[in-house]
Amino acid sequence: METKADAKPEAQPGTKSRPDPVARIKSKNKRGHTYPFYFVAGALILYTVFSVIPGLTGLLYSFTDWNSYTTDVHWVGLDNFATIFSGDENYLSFVKNTLVFTALTIILKTVLGLAFAILLTEGVKKLTNLHRVIVYLPAVLPMLVVGLVFKSILNPQTGLVNEFLRGIGLGGLAQKWLVDANIALYSIIGVDTWKGVGYIMVILLAGIQAIPKDYYEAGAIDGANPWQRFWHITMPLLTPVITVTTVLNLLYGLKVFDIVYVLTNGGPGYATDVVFTSVFKEFGQGRYGVATALSTLLFLIMVVSGYFVIRLMTRKDQAE
Amino acid sequence: MRTKPFKSIGFNLLAIVISVVIFIPIYIIIVNSLKTKTDAATMGIGLPTSLHFENFSTVIEKGKLGQSFLNSMLYSVGSTIIGTTLAAMGAFVLSRNRTRLNRFLYLFLIMGIALPTNYVTLTQVMQVTHLINTQLGIIILHAAGQIPFGIFLIYGFVQNIPRELDEAAIVDGCGPWRLFFVVIMPLMMPVLITLSVLSFLGAWSDFIAPLYFLNNSDLWPMTLAVYNFFGQFQSDWSLVSADILLTILPVLVVYLLAQRFILSGLTSGAVKG
Repeated sequence: METKADAKPEAQPGTKSRPDPVARIKSKNKRGHTYPFYFVAGALILYTVFSVIPGLTGLLYSFTDWNSYTTDVHWVGLDNFATIFSGDENYLSFVKNTLVFTALTIILKTVLGLAFAILLTEGVKKLTNLHRVIVYLPAVLPMLVVGLVFKSILNPQTGLVNEFLRGIGLGGLAQKWLVDANIALYSIIGVDTWKGVGYIMVILLAGIQAIPKDYYEAGAIDGANPWQRFWHITMPLLTPVITVTTVLNLLYGLKVFDIVYVLTNGGPGYATDVVFTSVFKEFGQGRYGVATALSTLLFLIMVVSGYFVIRLMTRKDQAE
Repeated sequence: MRTKPFKSIGFNLLAIVISVVIFIPIYIIIVNSLKTKTDAATMGIGLPTSLHFENFSTVIEKGKLGQSFLNSMLYSVGSTIIGTTLAAMGAFVLSRNRTRLNRFLYLFLIMGIALPTNYVTLTQVMQVTHLINTQLGIIILHAAGQIPFGIFLIYGFVQNIPRELDEAAIVDGCGPWRLFFVVIMPLMMPVLITLSVLSFLGAWSDFIAPLYFLNNSDLWPMTLAVYNFFGQFQSDWSLVSADILLTILPVLVVYLLAQRFILSGLTSGAVKG
């Protein structure tokens, strides 16, 4: 501020008179004119009407027997939640599938994303940007398209994966990828990793590139081998970034819907149903009470994890 | 640093193999879109024996791609303009005038990044506001969805625009509208482009909102039209591939042209300084 004022002797008196309390009140008053509240109103209204209100009314409806067959809505307390946790109707398996999906995609995307990022910074000198562009490419493809293509690639008879396995003499490993109830969920996790690993890699890559080169040079002088440099320099300095990617993966995993919908729609049977595909089905059957209760359950988990996301994302602002 | 040459070649080969494997599904779409129906039946990786560009004209005609392309453009461009503008206006004021209320509103708004959508109750909101089954409804829904991340991204950027500019503009007699649209917005261009590209791609790829809120197939965007087309022509993978390729072509073009902006936008939230 000082240097600017020096460089521009004609600077406005407003900046200089700031310590004076009267002028401060004045300028605070004036700030309301210069930065009017109605500029925020548009964003606030859209967000409140289309995100917050549905979330909150969902919270209320989850305590009722609201459904499509009658206009009467009764308060039923925690009955819907009791139905979900009773284990009678597979709901717990949907929750379990969601958690398995979330945990495995977090691990796969972080490990593979980190490996690619290190490969691109350490091992590869040419075409780095081309690799980065290709690895991230699946992330921009529409999920419906991904679903159609992978249904054909994973087709048990004619699919590319099984053709390839038979071609190299490993026909025994050929699977009914999306049809076998025991492995369908893992196939979905695999496809999701293909689509999402680039996103994580790009963030980790930027994190690695932000680590000052001096540390590695100092490490090399002290005789650290690449493995030691990774564990003692890269990992500690990358931890905040990995925390962010983990939270992003967590939020994504808990609310996963589209990839399951396009690949198996929860089948075979209920083997791959996650919370949001079952919400969609309950909704289709008109059982809004149970559907909103399921949504609410996730909503609460997300609000808690969301709190931590915001803490992480605004950490730099607070420090200032 | 002292990487031995054979090791370096190994790393480069590994990276190339990874990239090729990741690219295979997209490659399959491209080659099979040019094959005949019988050649494409297994969606193999072989090159077409002869090029059948007529697949594309067939698809455009049978899949009503013209109409759904226009719908997709309307939804993506419309929601991007509305969402980005509102987010920019809001983030500007919230970042400049940090009262306690505005500080709270900022956190309240970016909370939306984490919240899942409750489609059941959202349907009610859409009915009450008479936006269900309308094109405007889809535009507004996508625009609303972009606001939390948009506010977050722009808020950080506004801090780097010197306040002295505002003061100079006010002294020169600018009101808040002129200050924002004439002075500030041009300076925000880098972040606005990043946000617009991400919003455009997100809106183009989304199929859930139209799946829930559009009954009339004339209003469907390209993604849902592909699904519909697949239902009718699932035995003909050459046509399905051609249809898919045309649907993802705008996404690929925007991505390749703007990948610099996309990647910078993605990393700015997670990696600071």
